[in-house]
Amino acid sequence: MSTPGPDPTVQDPAAQDSPAPGSPAQDAQASATGQSSSTGQAGAGAATGDDVLVDVRNLVKYFPVRGSGLISRTVGQVQAVDGVSFTLRRGQTLGLVGETGCGKSTLARCVAGLIPATSGEVMFEGRDITKLSRGAMRAVRRQVQMIFQDPYGSLNPRRRVGSIIGDPFAVHNTAGGGERKRAVQELMERVGLNPEHYNRFPAEFSGGQRQRIGLARALALRPKLIIADEPVSALDVSIQAQILNLLADLQSDFGLSYLFIAHDLEVVRHVSNDVLVMYLGRVAEQGHKDAVYDTPRHPYTAALLSAAPAADPDTAASRQRIILTGDVPSPINPPSGCRFHPRCPKAQETCHETEPTLETKAGDPPSHQTACHFPVEPHEDLTQPAGAGAAIRESR
Amino acid sequence: MSLLEVRDLRVNFPTSDGVVQAVRGVSFAVDAGQTLGIVGESGSGKTVLTQTLLGLTAGGEVSGQAVFDGTDLIGLGEDEMRRVRGAQISVIFQDPLTSLHPLYRVGWQIAEMIRAHDKSVSKADAAERAVELLGRVGIPQPRQRVRDYPHQFSGGMRQRAMIAMALSLEPKLIIADEPTTALDATVQAQILDLLLRLQQDSGTALIMITHDLGVVADIADDVLVMYAGRAAEKASKRDIFYQPHHPYTKGLLESIPNSSAGSGRLRPITGQPPSLINLPSGCAFHPRCAYVMDKCLTEEPALVAVGDEGFHRSACWLPVSAAGLSAEAEETRRKTVDAGRHEAAAKVAEAIAESPEAEGSVIA
Repeated sequence: MSTPGPDPTVQDPAAQDSPAPGSPAQDAQASATGQSSSTGQAGAGAATGDDVLVDVRNLVKYFPVRGSGLISRTVGQVQAVDGVSFTLRRGQTLGLVGETGCGKSTLARCVAGLIPATSGEVMFEGRDITKLSRGAMRAVRRQVQMIFQDPYGSLNPRRRVGSIIGDPFAVHNTAGGGERKRAVQELMERVGLNPEHYNRFPAEFSGGQRQRIGLARALALRPKLIIADEPVSALDVSIQAQILNLLADLQSDFGLSYLFIAHDLEVVRHVSNDVLVMYLGRVAEQGHKDAVYDTPRHPYTAALLSAAPAADPDTAASRQRIILTGDVPSPINPPSGCRFHPRCPKAQETCHETEPTLETKAGDPPSHQTACHFPVEPHEDLTQPAGAGAAIRESR
Repeated sequence: MSLLEVRDLRVNFPTSDGVVQAVRGVSFAVDAGQTLGIVGESGSGKTVLTQTLLGLTAGGEVSGQAVFDGTDLIGLGEDEMRRVRGAQISVIFQDPLTSLHPLYRVGWQIAEMIRAHDKSVSKADAAERAVELLGRVGIPQPRQRVRDYPHQFSGGMRQRAMIAMALSLEPKLIIADEPTTALDATVQAQILDLLLRLQQDSGTALIMITHDLGVVADIADDVLVMYAGRAAEKASKRDIFYQPHHPYTKGLLESIPNSSAGSGRLRPITGQPPSLINLPSGCAFHPRCAYVMDKCLTEEPALVAVGDEGFHRSACWLPVSAAGLSAEAEETRRKTVDAGRHEAAAKVAEAIAESPEAEGSVIA
């Protein structure tokens, strides 16, 4: 699913009305060399073309922090997302990973247009949705849908499932009456629910089935992009696999693109084409999933990968863990220079002072970019922290 | 003699809808310095099982034995239980924020725990011990942080504080109920690392309840796989991962996305876990089992030895030689199923194959 052959645009129905000349060849070449078109270079022109669905450029989202008291004034900014760029192509999946508070959900909500961005552009099919009027945005909303981690929390417990799934039709005034019921039952069948359960309540379904309900609702208006925020993390492992398979089927049937957020790295690797690793509102590393997973260049990516538990005793026993010290710092007052430096086993003086740019490091394919002054070399051992990070943490 | 030996533990909850059979005859043992991983889906009874050991299942009908250090915990009076709970067996829960009192300082809560069990410790000594414990679990500047309230701690620090509290009375057994589920991967690695080191230092036994097979692969010695209130399989960690016998264990292992398996289709277990009020007849797993036979519909298999040493046990009608992930084992399973599946089981197998999740999974 996640790597749908060398040329995903061929089986992508959405691409049929836009022939995208030359892209199949480019695509095949890109896959063969382990590259992708997710360059993330804002305005570089490399990521334009008809196969690009979403192009996010230098997106910034700050939340004001207000002081207490009667006349509250802004005393600081939560720098939730601070200059993030990426592209997502039709029929593909971009995996977004990072720890709690790294800004991945905020980024997703900005891309969905649920919250306004502070600055930057979110180009959806060539149009910047951050500058659209309410009316124009309404049309875009049909194309972009979200599914959430807690399917029960996102379903009204007092309404029947059929009416919940039919909501998008009502909101956008597309199908009514018997036609709506038929459409809803078709959707239910498509996501593996029994259409006869049309009149049941959400409480009568299990966790996995509720996630299917959320998916059916998201699919109702035939969107082009589905933003999935931790869609399987609340589910048991056997049920999780059911939902991941379903997501894969729907992607190839409807030519969907996914922005897939999860903290489980194996899940992200399984579903994604490209991966973007965030740390404190910034992109630490991005590229084709195999490049990022097999040869991580950012020490944070390397630590994250080494920390993920492997469901295999031999791997678990032989693996050298990079144990990071401390927690993610506050995004209100992020560390100077490289934001990762207080926890980084490789941190040096430069890292405190200068913020590294996101760029392709020597030996990497152009699509693989890392924001680090001292990228990890292959087979480098990071398991002994250099002490610089620990010392800084003490003085925090 | 093991530190804890649980024999045929059963817990039923009578409700207006019927009796919830949460735990249906589970036996296991934990030795000092060892880690037992208990795995299973939501509702498999793993949490009820361990809470029963501590007398925390109010309203449940409990039978069986749980001999801890020579004392049977089942049926212990509240006063006696209070001397065991915390002091000899302590618990770390999944969500540290709800386990810590929001209005008291973290250090005070640890000190209070110490003084509750031993009045002879002075307040000053208990406070000093709290600082020492926070330092031991890796909280930076413990002397300052001891005066913080729980909300001033991050998720990882709260879990460390919970571990500090669990360690405060130097228990012989720690029960950790999904201790890292709410944490990020890097913090989870820190906490597991900490638990391992503390266990090495003090020889504490650990029961780790989790749904994450990765955590089990990392720190467990032995593993108990639970399904619908019973032990489906019980073995050393290596046998569970490399020689699984029960189709449920095998299904769990195959459901995990795994980079070495490539990014093809996953092989989920079809269907949903059963209701504990209205359990399926025979083997509770049969409505989801790819290897269902006629026998499975009517007779519940006992937990029998799979290996020669007798430690590896599985509750499944498949023959002992069907253990493992090899092609030969699959061949054995298939042959057994061909011989043992007639009209009734064929119907069940058909329903499984036609379920919406089955597509792409291996069905005999």
